[in-house]
Amino acid sequence: MGLVNDVPLQWFLALSLYMFVLGAIGVMVRRNPVVMFMCIELMLNAVNLTFLAFARYQPSGALASGDVPTAMAGQMMVIFVMAVAAAEVAVGLGIITAIFRLKNRADADDLGSLRG
Amino acid sequence: MNVNALIPTVDWRALAPFTIVVCTGIVALIIEMLRPRRNNNLVVGVSLFGLLVAGWSLFGMLGGPSDESFAGMILNDRFGQILQLVMVGSCAVCFLFSEPYLREKRIPFAEFYPLALWSTAGGMLMVSSKHLLMVFLGLELLSISLYCLAGMSRYESKSEESALKYFLLGSFASAFLLMGIAFIYGETASLHLGRISEVLGAASASPLSTIGAAMVLVGLGFKLALVPFHQWTPDVYQGAPTNVTAFMAAVSKVAALGALVRFLWAIGTLDTVWFPLMWWVAVATMTVGNLAALVQNDVKRTLGYSSIAHAGYLLVGVLAAFSAPGRVSLDATAFYLISYAAMTIGAFAVISLTASGQHEGTRFYDVRGLWKRAPWAAGCLVVFLCSLIGIPITSGFFGKLLIFQAAFDAGLPALAVLLAVNSAISTYYYLGIIQAAFVTEEGAVAPRFGKPSASLNLACAVCLAGVLGAGLFAGPLIRGMGTAEVGPPVGVPVQDPLTIHTKNTSD
Repeated sequence: MGLVNDVPLQWFLALSLYMFVLGAIGVMVRRNPVVMFMCIELMLNAVNLTFLAFARYQPSGALASGDVPTAMAGQMMVIFVMAVAAAEVAVGLGIITAIFRLKNRADADDLGSLRG
Repeated sequence: MNVNALIPTVDWRALAPFTIVVCTGIVALIIEMLRPRRNNNLVVGVSLFGLLVAGWSLFGMLGGPSDESFAGMILNDRFGQILQLVMVGSCAVCFLFSEPYLREKRIPFAEFYPLALWSTAGGMLMVSSKHLLMVFLGLELLSISLYCLAGMSRYESKSEESALKYFLLGSFASAFLLMGIAFIYGETASLHLGRISEVLGAASASPLSTIGAAMVLVGLGFKLALVPFHQWTPDVYQGAPTNVTAFMAAVSKVAALGALVRFLWAIGTLDTVWFPLMWWVAVATMTVGNLAALVQNDVKRTLGYSSIAHAGYLLVGVLAAFSAPGRVSLDATAFYLISYAAMTIGAFAVISLTASGQHEGTRFYDVRGLWKRAPWAAGCLVVFLCSLIGIPITSGFFGKLLIFQAAFDAGLPALAVLLAVNSAISTYYYLGIIQAAFVTEEGAVAPRFGKPSASLNLACAVCLAGVLGAGLFAGPLIRGMGTAEVGPPVGVPVQDPLTIHTKNTSD
């Protein structure tokens, strides 16, 4: 507990920004849809870390004044982001599987039939 | 601490339309599982009935005062209700022509109906909330259902390809949206747009809130297909099954526009930052959409680019409302959305006739002689395309006129002129589609068309009634709109960046 309290907010933000940028570069550079999707997941994790860091370091007196929906907004958001990310995984892997069945390989460079 | 005080009272009336649509989706899915494997008529019937009830409950709420419930998570106001009605109506019309199309293409996917219903529910949630958590959830509900729908024609590689592209780029954009929300949360300690607006208004713009707002705009701009986040649109519109394209073009655009208006309202005090940016985005969206549409040879792709251009026109209406709060309202934009939904769905409904057997060609070449095979549908297509161009007595004309006027009244003459010029350019490719449909096939193999079914003709008739009705009754419709209260609470009238620009260069 004490250990976490000693870490300043900036460190958390720097880590999450690093993860976010890494994920964004990954999506743009990699060509395998599964890896691209993993990079997007990395970006979502960065978002979660940002939310939690801000929620933990919020100096607001909202919780003391009984305004729980406001005070807990950050933590609440994280739960929803995780749930939505899980739903995205289910749909995304389904789509990738369907493409793989049709073409026997899945690579973003093969996706060139729609163009103009 | 009294726990009961923390649980908000449930205002079921405010939730009714949304709940009805979601529950109809669940019922439709159960019927789909139980039905004999012959036809989907019962599923379609139940879905249409549910949408009718939802529309009726929305209509009943139209007169009421605007209020917030569920700790500000659900907002009930005129603008949101009108947009929800448009979405419910669009979904119903898409269902009308989907069944013959799915049969013709042999897509054994009755899950289309529940997924489209949930997608609609997501869109409805997006436009009727002032809470960023709800906006995010609505957006994801809309998008994830659409990812499945875009890829529902599993034997066609173009459908799967469009689904994968839409999915990867869509989730990439949502990550930006979420990071933006996180930054805004870090700055304001709240996810409620009203509270965010207060906090941002009290302090000067910080880098955190500015970058956050920009990232949220990237996420919403992607859904709305604003340039430079539009690249997915033509591919997905072309690759997805035509009924899904029609649904996507109408519902997701309306939903994204509603969410964009709510969000811009909240960051109204940062307008010195976002207004010039969005001004240029509107210019680019109109121009790029129209110029790229000129060189296409596929009808669905052309309509995809045209939908980008229309997003630009809509953005002009929104910017006009924000730059002259009090004088210019969002009525013009809401009216344009109604007519846009009717004419776009109508056009795609007619194009869905090119599916015959498992084959479907949507190039200009493939619609030759459509008028012979389906005179009623081809006649309707002419009206829809005339409305998309903006020829008088159609609603598209009045929509463009109103936005043009709003832009002038708001002191954005450059945008108004660009809108008019772009409409003129768009005439070329819309006339190209009409010409293709009315050309008699010469020599070469005649394209095959599906049989125009009664429900498709009905869908065309509904869209026709929408396009002509909204055109003829534009006056009463506009007066009845009453979206004035959505306008920004604060905000300095912003100058047209181009006039500033030209002033600087002349100095």
